[in-house]
Amino acid sequence: MIVVDSVTKVYENRGMTVTAVDDVSLTVGSGEIHGILGRSGAGKTTLLRCLNLLERPTSGTITVDGLELVGLSDADLRSARQRIGTVFQHFNLFHARTVSDNIAFPLEITGVGRSERRARVAELLDLVGLTDRANAFPSQLSGGQKQRVGIARALAAHPSVLLCDEATSALDPATTEQILDLIKVVNETTGVTVVLITHESGVVRRICDSAGLMEDGRLVESGRLADLLADPGSRLAEQLIPVGRPTDSEPSVEYILSFRSESATEPVLSHASRELGLDVSILSGSVEQVGGRTAGRLRVALSRPLDGPDHDRFVGFLAAQGVMVSRP
Amino acid sequence: MNQKSPVEALPELLAALAETGWMCSIAFLATVVFGIACGVALRLTAPGGLRPHRAFYQVFGAIINVVRSLPFLILLIALIPVTRWIVGTAYGPTAAIVPLALGAIPFFARVVENALLEIPQGKIEAAQVMGASTRQIVWKVMLPEALPGLVAGATLTFVMLIGYSAMAGTIGGGGVGDFAIRYGYQRFNTPVLLLSIAALVLIVQAIQTTGDLIVRSLSHRR
Ligand SMILES: Nc1ncnc2c1ncn2[C@@H]1O[C@H](COP(=O)(O)OP(=O)(O)OP(=O)(O)O)[C@@H](O)[C@H]1O
Ligand SMILES: [Mg+2]
Repeated sequence: MIVVDSVTKVYENRGMTVTAVDDVSLTVGSGEIHGILGRSGAGKTTLLRCLNLLERPTSGTITVDGLELVGLSDADLRSARQRIGTVFQHFNLFHARTVSDNIAFPLEITGVGRSERRARVAELLDLVGLTDRANAFPSQLSGGQKQRVGIARALAAHPSVLLCDEATSALDPATTEQILDLIKVVNETTGVTVVLITHESGVVRRICDSAGLMEDGRLVESGRLADLLADPGSRLAEQLIPVGRPTDSEPSVEYILSFRSESATEPVLSHASRELGLDVSILSGSVEQVGGRTAGRLRVALSRPLDGPDHDRFVGFLAAQGVMVSRP
Repeated sequence: MNQKSPVEALPELLAALAETGWMCSIAFLATVVFGIACGVALRLTAPGGLRPHRAFYQVFGAIINVVRSLPFLILLIALIPVTRWIVGTAYGPTAAIVPLALGAIPFFARVVENALLEIPQGKIEAAQVMGASTRQIVWKVMLPEALPGLVAGATLTFVMLIGYSAMAGTIGGGGVGDFAIRYGYQRFNTPVLLLSIAALVLIVQAIQTTGDLIVRSLSHRR
């Protein structure tokens, strides 16, 4: 479990101060995959670099599995870091070492014996599907293969936390999916807690359980995906399944519907319109796979405004079918 | 004047080459060891290094720059007392090792510092977040990752040492420089002088080629 409490990071360069991370608090439960979305410059990388203390927070605390990191001595921090694996956008593999020796590095520095190292490396090579490239050098690998090595290396010392900064941003879409699936498999088999940073909502849709949105250094929203999607005002939900901006039509007839199963689409709407004697037209929205399940958000317009009782009937009817209704 | 032919001078030339080989090799070893130590110290204490220390970096850097800016001949003379203190004498090939090494160490230290600067910061951070100590980062990441640059720099330094050793020869250091002075300058024996030049060219070529080969064999590490 990771608990980030009121972390702020201020950079000061020649009189210029930049608050890259502004009072962020965040809890990621054990075994969860948490995605952090945000535009370029929002402070995502800085926040992640605070989590393994590559950047020392200006204030605030970071607790991983009950151990507070900011106040640790150098030696204690080194051993705490062995419980945190990091995967980098640009891989950062050691070019002087073979694939095997890269993966063995975290074990080497903690003094794990040669035979034990070899066994663990073989296991990880198998996990990431690179057994046949064990003795290759990083410069002889493709980007996707390099990232597999990066993931294997990050996992070598059995960390409880895996931090990924744009781990797939340098990869093509198909390779991205493979790497994301690998992270998911690792998460499911080892129970490792994952924090990943991305600017692609597709990454969050594919593997995350929960997500946060950063803006100007602040964490403006965060929560479990299911809860976010059920919240019509959620900007994260809007990023994950966009319904677009309100149309010019009468806003009083517009509603946003969100649902998490296929049963709840067309038939439900036609039932509702028959029950209430009104036409429902879909203005915009989409249906996506989120966390392996179907989820959709639709912006709809009704043929007439609903008064109090009719509104309640409409909402109640759809809610009974598993569709959340709200005003935009 | 009855001059020696190149064939007659050959045994003497070979002995001189052996002396040059001796003083340059030992000076080279000392340069590699101390140059790497100094270069690593500079890199670690530089701003943004793993152990930043402004005062140390600036003072140490200044000392290195001062030694580097002295013409080798002047260093050679200035170091006579030091050499006498370390080796017991200021003459002969063994004594020449001291000024040779001291002349080359600051140069090689800067070569090492630059080679280490070339390593992407991300690799060092990767080692840091895995919990590596500074010592482990130096030995297991920085030096191995910089190896091609270090070998190229060491080749350069070795060739430079051979040049320096000829100068040391002129003030009693022995070796090929001394040989060339005696035959070429004092006795005007041009054929023997040319022979010694040819030998030097061959040696420098051999060193450069060997260095290039090693660097190429490490190319997969880039
Ligand atoms: N070392 C630094 N010194 C000064 N300012 C910095 C430093 N690192 C980051 N910043 C600033 O902090 C802010 C957040 O940067 P950060 O790299 O965390 O953004 P990001 O969300 O990761 O962006 P991207 O998606 O482009 O990677 C930016 O305004 C950036 O200029
Ligand atoms: Mg970033």
